[in-house]
Amino acid sequence: MDFTTGADLLSLCEENGWTIAQVMLQRETEQTGVSREAVRSRLDGVYGVMWRAVRTALTEPLRSMGGLIGGEAQKMQARRQQTRPACGETTAKAVCYAMGVLEVNASMGLIVAAPTAGSSGVIPGVFLALQEEFGFSDGEMTDALLCAGAVGYLITRNATVAGAEGGCQAEVGTAAAMAAAAATQLLGGTPQACLAAAALALGNLLGLVCDPVAGLVEAPCQTRNAIGASNALISAEIALSGISSLIPFDEMVEAMRKVGASLPSSLRETAQGGCAATPTGCALCKKIYESRDA
Amino acid sequence: MKEISIFDVIGPTMIGPSSSHTAGALRIALLAGKLVRGRIVRADFTLYGSFAQTYKGHGTDRALVAGVLGFSTDDPRIRDSFSHAEQAGLAYSFTIGGLGRDLHPNTVDITLQSDTGQSVSVRGVSTGGGSCLIERIDGVAVSLSGDYNTLLIRQQDTPGVVAYITGVLSDYGINIAFMRMYRETKGQTAYTIIEVDGGLSDAIVPRIEGHPAIDSALLIQI
Repeated sequence: MDFTTGADLLSLCEENGWTIAQVMLQRETEQTGVSREAVRSRLDGVYGVMWRAVRTALTEPLRSMGGLIGGEAQKMQARRQQTRPACGETTAKAVCYAMGVLEVNASMGLIVAAPTAGSSGVIPGVFLALQEEFGFSDGEMTDALLCAGAVGYLITRNATVAGAEGGCQAEVGTAAAMAAAAATQLLGGTPQACLAAAALALGNLLGLVCDPVAGLVEAPCQTRNAIGASNALISAEIALSGISSLIPFDEMVEAMRKVGASLPSSLRETAQGGCAATPTGCALCKKIYESRDA
Repeated sequence: MKEISIFDVIGPTMIGPSSSHTAGALRIALLAGKLVRGRIVRADFTLYGSFAQTYKGHGTDRALVAGVLGFSTDDPRIRDSFSHAEQAGLAYSFTIGGLGRDLHPNTVDITLQSDTGQSVSVRGVSTGGGSCLIERIDGVAVSLSGDYNTLLIRQQDTPGVVAYITGVLSDYGINIAFMRMYRETKGQTAYTIIEVDGGLSDAIVPRIEGHPAIDSALLIQI
């Protein structure tokens, strides 16, 4: 069983009466020869790494290699515990956790690139917040990872997930699409609704540039992951209300690829444009490298 | 090209901050370390392009040393690899090689020396998502990814060597996925890179090295 487009994937779901997770699990076992149990068990291990990264960010003092981020997750946690969050409990948690994972990443801690290290906060943020708020079982979370994986696979295959090729829309945009589909599946949405959520999430971040200050995976990457997580939840909420994406998933993936290809190189991970090229961005860059060379 | 697995998309599990500048750099050094026998006592790195500009902020230097020490990309000791190198008696140095305009943006040259007196120089590039390619070994242009179990053979460029190698592989029932030969000048040193499906037994090494025109055979399995 294999699929190369979202349309193929939905046909397979319909023919077999399966969820996206079931189709993806079948594909993975056929392509790699690894048993279903082994794939699920390895995914559980992956989820454990995500969970530990969030816990590390909430409990340990972290300082990034470049010194541009550190301590944000704990600040957000403290505010959420003291008062009512502006964006609601689930979103506030997802954002806090997503930002925390970026702190762990930037301080040379252990993370899961999902799909990349620069976008590694989105899926853990959304997944842990939903599991805590809705009480999903670990098995349901593994199914959600399979659903997210199907979307990530399609975007990797048909477009790109590399910031150097497609900008941040390819990294955080893809992570958000993956998390949006997974959240929709967790909350009882159909396979069609899952791909609608993914298309909406990708479309909402279309054109987002990759412009890391000093070339480091720190800022604005950390808050972009926050936007990715909240965008995933918003897109799932829209799709779960029975609202589809005007542009179908496959066409949105192709649009993302084309937008990425037309971005100038200064906005594709070269630290030559956007936030990186602002006077403050340049000054920080100079400060980081001068202090290190001294 | 391998099929995309879910673990390529939700993974790798790695020490941050960058799949290309941290995980990919480590993998280059890990592969380089497999090309010399004995304990590595000295590693000299020259960094080009984006590696040269941002290596400290991405921990590229620590990842390279960690790779020479044989750590995997998810090993928490990467952050402290300099002190682990000191304990292991590994000396290292970093040189900034400039922008390297003609090179891939994430390029590193590595020279390793082992306690047996062997040395090797390689050029590696980090190609994205934690993958990498060894592009040069001791001045000879090659292409080695480490994605498959690999047999690297250094030989004299004379007739009959390849027939001998494939004969040995056939004796061991090994299925070749890819096989390529590289040389600079006719009749001089050449490399044969054989990527196989399945595992490779250590027993194959002395058999292959039994041919007079073969200098060495190395198994690269990571």
